[in-house]
Order: sequence, then structure tokens, then C-alpha cells
Amino acid sequence: MSKPLKQIHLAAHFPGVNNTTVWSDPRAGSHIEFSSFAHFARTAERAKFDFLFLAEGLRLREQGGQIYDLDVVGRPDTFTVLAALAAVTERLGLTGTISSTFNEPYEVARQFASLDHLSDGRSAWNVVTSWDAFTGENFRRGGFLPQEERYSRAKEFLATANELFDSWHGDEIVADQATGAFLRDAKAGSFVHTGQHFDIHGQFDVPRSPQGRPVIFQAGDSEEGREFAASSADAVFSRYASLKEGQAFYTDVKNRLAKYGRSHRDLLILPAATFVLGDTDAEAEELAKEVRRQQVSGATAIKHLEFVWNRDLSAYDPEGPLPDIDPDVSADHISKGRAQVRMYRDPLATAREWRELAAANNWSIRDLVINTGNRQTFVGSPATVARTINDFVQADASDGFILVPHLTPAGLDPFADQVVPLLQEQGVFRTEYEGTTLRDHLGLAHPDDVRRERAAS
Amino acid sequence: MSSTPLSPLHLAVALDGTGWHPASWREQVARPRDLFTAGYWADLVAEAERGLLDFVTFEDGLGLQSPHYSELDGRTDQVRGRLDAVLTASRIAPLTRHIGLVPTVIATHTEPFHISKATATLDYVSTGRAGLRVQISARPHEADHFGRRTLPPISLEELRTPAGQERLTDLFDEAADHVEVVRRLWDSWEDDAEIRDAASGRFIDRDKLHYIDFEGRHFSVKGPSITPRPPQGQPLVTALGHQTVPYRLIARQTDVGYVTPHDAEQARAIVAEIRAEQEAAGRAGELLHVFGDLVVFLDDDQAAAEDRRARLDALAGEPYTSDARIFAGTPAQLADLLQELAAQGLSGFRLRPAVAGHDLPAITRGLVPELQRRGAFRTAYEADTLRGLLGLPRPANRYAATTATA
Repeated sequence: MSKPLKQIHLAAHFPGVNNTTVWSDPRAGSHIEFSSFAHFARTAERAKFDFLFLAEGLRLREQGGQIYDLDVVGRPDTFTVLAALAAVTERLGLTGTISSTFNEPYEVARQFASLDHLSDGRSAWNVVTSWDAFTGENFRRGGFLPQEERYSRAKEFLATANELFDSWHGDEIVADQATGAFLRDAKAGSFVHTGQHFDIHGQFDVPRSPQGRPVIFQAGDSEEGREFAASSADAVFSRYASLKEGQAFYTDVKNRLAKYGRSHRDLLILPAATFVLGDTDAEAEELAKEVRRQQVSGATAIKHLEFVWNRDLSAYDPEGPLPDIDPDVSADHISKGRAQVRMYRDPLATAREWRELAAANNWSIRDLVINTGNRQTFVGSPATVARTINDFVQADASDGFILVPHLTPAGLDPFADQVVPLLQEQGVFRTEYEGTTLRDHLGLAHPDDVRRERAAS
Repeated sequence: MSSTPLSPLHLAVALDGTGWHPASWREQVARPRDLFTAGYWADLVAEAERGLLDFVTFEDGLGLQSPHYSELDGRTDQVRGRLDAVLTASRIAPLTRHIGLVPTVIATHTEPFHISKATATLDYVSTGRAGLRVQISARPHEADHFGRRTLPPISLEELRTPAGQERLTDLFDEAADHVEVVRRLWDSWEDDAEIRDAASGRFIDRDKLHYIDFEGRHFSVKGPSITPRPPQGQPLVTALGHQTVPYRLIARQTDVGYVTPHDAEQARAIVAEIRAEQEAAGRAGELLHVFGDLVVFLDDDQAAAEDRRARLDALAGEPYTSDARIFAGTPAQLADLLQELAAQGLSGFRLRPAVAGHDLPAITRGLVPELQRRGAFRTAYEADTLRGLLGLPRPANRYAATTATA
């Protein structure tokens, strides 16, 4: 029994402030000038991608009490740059990561509703919860939330924002110049929300936007995060881009949908993925190795080891052997403002394992970090990469990918020029945009239709 | 006072919905159904740029429009609802090349950290044409949208009582702190902080990034910003004021203050008060523009302008009143008035078109040529940045000052 071919969804993640992004390459351009964002967005739109994705971090990362200086540092305001990108693109979706911790629902709702109007229905919100008082030091409301309250605040934040989006129905503005009726209803936008985290009421001041609500993304991976996604999100930005892990995650999250009255089509799973292309698979492998060496300088290797050891290791030679001393598991973590420190749950075991690996392979510190770090998701000729991506999607390891190039701003160009045409030839990726809104691209129903359907059933 | 009647004027236009008259949306030219589209705003700003104006401002608020200060009025016969001003300005930025873009931000309920990076980003996307107009909100119904503080109801008249003044002072003090944080964050990166030094592997020189460590009565902010110093260094900061408390904010924290004199004598008195406050704030040597705000009905003959005003008042059911002087007349008469007021020390004007679709083109195609004929307005854009258009230098970074002179 053959099932119909799934259509692949593709998105472009603007290279971020982490060591995936290679700034030392002579081709690497500005990470802050608008021309870089415009180039990146135009490439994604030329390739008929579903959307562009922006991450966000609201405090510069620190390590050992100092601002981390080895990766790209600095980025623009998410909303503002997305609004400007709406002017240089016509169909591309515009997805922004916005914290539910360091904002208020009324303000975020009016920003997303405004962005949706200004882009004719192309906005999406990756809802994240922030975790620390460290970031909170930049905000008047402070930051710290106990672990168990983070998702409860995020859920209530999103529910409140949805109440605001839905407070206008779309038929309130008559603007009849002859009769003088601008509004049909003086109470347009009325809302009352009383909850644990928010107690607000009044009238929302942005009329219903083209998509009704922005498309909602969720990126957390915990049990709570998966439930949040199944109950409330339209898409998941996942980290499982290998076949087996991808399939396990995909099945797990999609199977949670039914209990919320939702079908498998109502939530897309889109892992982040990196890629390196070459004329041949062998050439791509060589290039991929080179890129990984660029991504991990000697200084970066030492800092990476410090995440695990939780000690100042600046006295060590990156070309030399691993430290004999054990990680410090008692102190506060040396790194602040980044999520990946939590990847190493048992630092003593990781250190032991790494020492053994290094000894067995005669690796220096830098060799070790390069070889244990994330290999690029897709490495190969355009044909190999196109086939692999399609295989993943057809095997239900994902519904597509959010691609993260390592070069700004032109890192997406080879993918657009060489891989996308092959996917189009295979009939699994659009050759033209069929609709105008991001919901159209993603095959998601308009919230009004969902409501009507539920009311009818 | 350096202004003489012959020095060229600066001109800005204040955009708000279909125009400042509450019945403006009923005019044929008004396009009320397009108000929530980018195209509507792009067309208005393109018209303003065609007229070589210094900048446009975008009105905003954190609630529905209402002529009553303390509550919504429940009316359905006027424009209600709007789009976020910063995002609207940013949406227009790539479509324009010279004109400044100055959205309103509300200090009372927003995070200075967000506002700082948003304005810095507007400066990046416009390559040096961004500003902000800072405003407070004493409106109880807007506070209810945030649920973080309760503001008791108050009318504009009550704001003039001692108790009202106290509240106003508190809100303006908070706004002054807000602007201080916004400005410090813009400076929290030195211009040459990004070094991309492949040899040491360092992307930035972290000694050129600075904690701002602001501690105030209303909030504390650590810094540095996540956004590098914007192209202008310090985007333009502006505010509107009608009395001493806001004049003090204008004098201490802004580059352009908007004021509402109804005649030459008032203009002279207001300018004198702001200049005294400016001196008291230790900014005597700095260029601080004071612009007069005027609502304008512009037509080729005065009777037509007055008729239009009367017709709109009839549609609205009441005469339009404003904090600013309302002018109805010809471009030549308006040019006379602007020059008369400018002689009292105003260096420019922010004109509020009564009907955007009519009075904005009347400004760009009628008033501007009239002022140009008098040698009182530019005939081409002479600078690439908004600060440049206003004769403001790109400021030194407050955190770099000591090393720069060493």
C-alpha cells in the first residue's frame, strides 16, 4: 500500500548568535545591517520557502562572569526587522521568537496583530519561556519564575493573547462614509481575562488581522513542552533531525493531538537542520570537515569544555590533552544566558567518556570538540541532500525542516539554487506559492473556520 | 537664540488615522477602509517625502482612541483602532530613502529595553532615519490592559490641580528614566566593538560593551543592549508638551520638543521657559529644536478651507477643538504664520493635517513650494540621516568619551 507523497515544508533560520555561524569566513557579511536580512529573505522567497525564522535572546551570554565574545554577538529587535522584511517580500512567512516571560499579553498581541496586517497575513510567533533572573535584570518586571510556573505562565500568556486576537471578529469596521458609521459595535475588542498570572480587561485596539491569529510555534522539548505544543501550537520547532529520533518525536507529539480534538494535520513538526553542499558527496564531506574546524576555533574548544567542566580552563592548550581534574559539579554554572548547558546532565560521566575518546583517538581538546560536536544534518551533493530530506519527510521523521545556514547572508543561496529545483522535480515542493498567507503555505485552517467547524459538529 | 526669520524652517507632519479632524474619514479622499494596510501608510509617507519634509510622526496608544482622557467614549462614528506605530514605521522604512520616521512609544507601560532595541533596529532598517516620540499614559483604561498598576480616573482639568500635577510629575519622571535607559542602551556598544579578529577568535572586543547599571525608582536595567549602536548613534528623541512638567522632560531628554503656542507671544514665552530649563539641565550648548504644532486645513483660498472645516464640524456634530492652534487658510497665509512664529524662536513645525488625504498633499505641493520661494525651506535633501537633516551632530558615545580623548 503506497501512501500519497507528502509535500515538504521548508523554512530559513537567519544564522544565529552561536558557533554554528561562521563569522570568520571571508564571505561572511554583517549580522545586523538590514541588507543582510533582506538578502536572506529574498533568497528564501525566491526558493518558495514557507517562512523565515528569527531566534531571540534578551541578554548577551556570559561565561565566567564576562560577555561571551567568540560567537556572533548582537542582533536586531525581532518585531521591527520582521515588519521591515514584509516590505521586501510578498509571500514569505515571517516567524519571530518572542518571550512570554519578559512581555505583557496586550502589547505582544497588538504587535503580532499589527505585523499580520502589515504583512497581509504572514506572521508567526514562536512562543518561548525564559528561565532566569539573569535575563530578568534587563526588565522592569524582573525575570525569575520557578520551574513549575514557566509553562503555566506561557500557556496563560498565549491563551490571553488568543482572547485578544479573537476580541475582534472581522466585521466590525463598516467605514460607511455616507451614514457616518465607522464601527458596527461600540464594544468591539472587549475582553476580560482573570487568571493566575494576568488580570486584565478592556477593549483591544487592533482589528482582526488577515490570519485571525498568528501561526503559533513551540520549541520546548520537555513533557510539558510537548503537551503545550499538542494543545496550543500550529508547528513545533524541534531539535530531532536524525531519522530514528525524528520518527520517535514525531509519533509521540502527533499522538497527543487527539485528546485535544485535533488531527495530525493540525500540527507540523519542523526540526532545525544544518547542511553542507558539494559537487559530489566526497567533496561535501571534505567541506563539512572544514566548516566544523571553522566553527570550533581553539578558543571556542576551551570554552566548550568549560560548559562541561564548569571551571576556568583558559590555561589549557586547545591543541593539548584534556584536563585531568574533574568537573566542578557544586558551583553555579559558569555559563549564563544559553540553553545548551543543560544538555550535559552528568558532567562527571561526560568528562570520563571524553577522556577515553580522546585517548583512544589521540585527539587534542579541539579535535575532541570538533568530533563530538554536532555534525551537519545534511552533507552531500544536491541530489543526495534532496533525496535524504524527502526520505525523512516521507518516513514521518518530520514535515519539513528549518534550515540554518552557517554563512550570513548568502549561506542559503546554494540550497535555493541547487536543492530546491530537485525537490520540485520530484513533486514534493511547491513551484509557486498557492496562497497568500502563511497559514495557506502550511496547510493550516483559518481560526474562524476551525471555530465554525467545531460549532457545527 | 540663534533663529532669525530667514533661517530655513524644519517641517514634520503628524500622521494619525485619516487625519486629525474626527470626521476626516468621511471625506472622499480619506480611504478609511485601507487604514489597516501597509499601502495606506506607504502612500502617505511617500507624499511627505516628495515634499522633502524632515520627518513624519506616527501617533499611537495602548487602547482605543477617545477624546475623553479617562475613559472610552463608546462612539461608533469616528475612527477606532490602529496599528503599532513602531512596526508601521519599520514597514515603511525600506520603501523610503530620505525622510525621518518617528513613531510614538508609551513610556508608562513598556519596557525601555524593548523600546531601545526596537528604535535602534528602526535606525538600522532605515539606515539612520529613526526617532521616537515619547508619551506618558495616565489613562486608567490603558493601565487596565496591563493589570500591573491601577490609575484612578482623572480628567484633563484635574491634571492641573496640585494632586493632578503630582501624578503627572510622577509619570513624567518615569518617562525621563525610560528615555535615560533607552539612550544608555544605545550607547552600550561602542561603534567599533565588533572586531572579527580571526587570530584571537574574538568577534567583539568586550571592553567596548558596557553595562548601563541603571537604578531608578521605577525600574532597574543592567544592559548592555542586544543590539549594536545604531547608525545615528542616538536616534532622535522627541516629546510633546503643554506645561512646565513636560517642558522639563523636553529640556532634559529630547532633541525636538513639540509645543502648542496659539500666538507669537505664547511662542516666545514657551521657548524662553524651555531654554531656561535646558540651561538648568546643563544642556545650554546643545542644539534642542522647539517645533510648533498646528492643525491645518489648507486650500487655495481661505473660504474653501473654512468651508471644509465647517462641513467636517457639521458631520462630527460639534466644532473640532484641539490643544494646538487650528489654522484654516491658504499656503501663503500659513507660510506667513510659520515665519511669524519662527521669529519667536521656533525652529520648525509639526503640522497635523486635518484630513490626511487632502491637507498632506496641500502641505507638500502648496506650502513647501511657497516656503521654497521665500528661501525658507530646502529644495533637496541635504543629508543621509535624520539627525543630519536637523543639523544635529552624531553624538560621541558616553561610555567611550574618556578613551576617545586619551
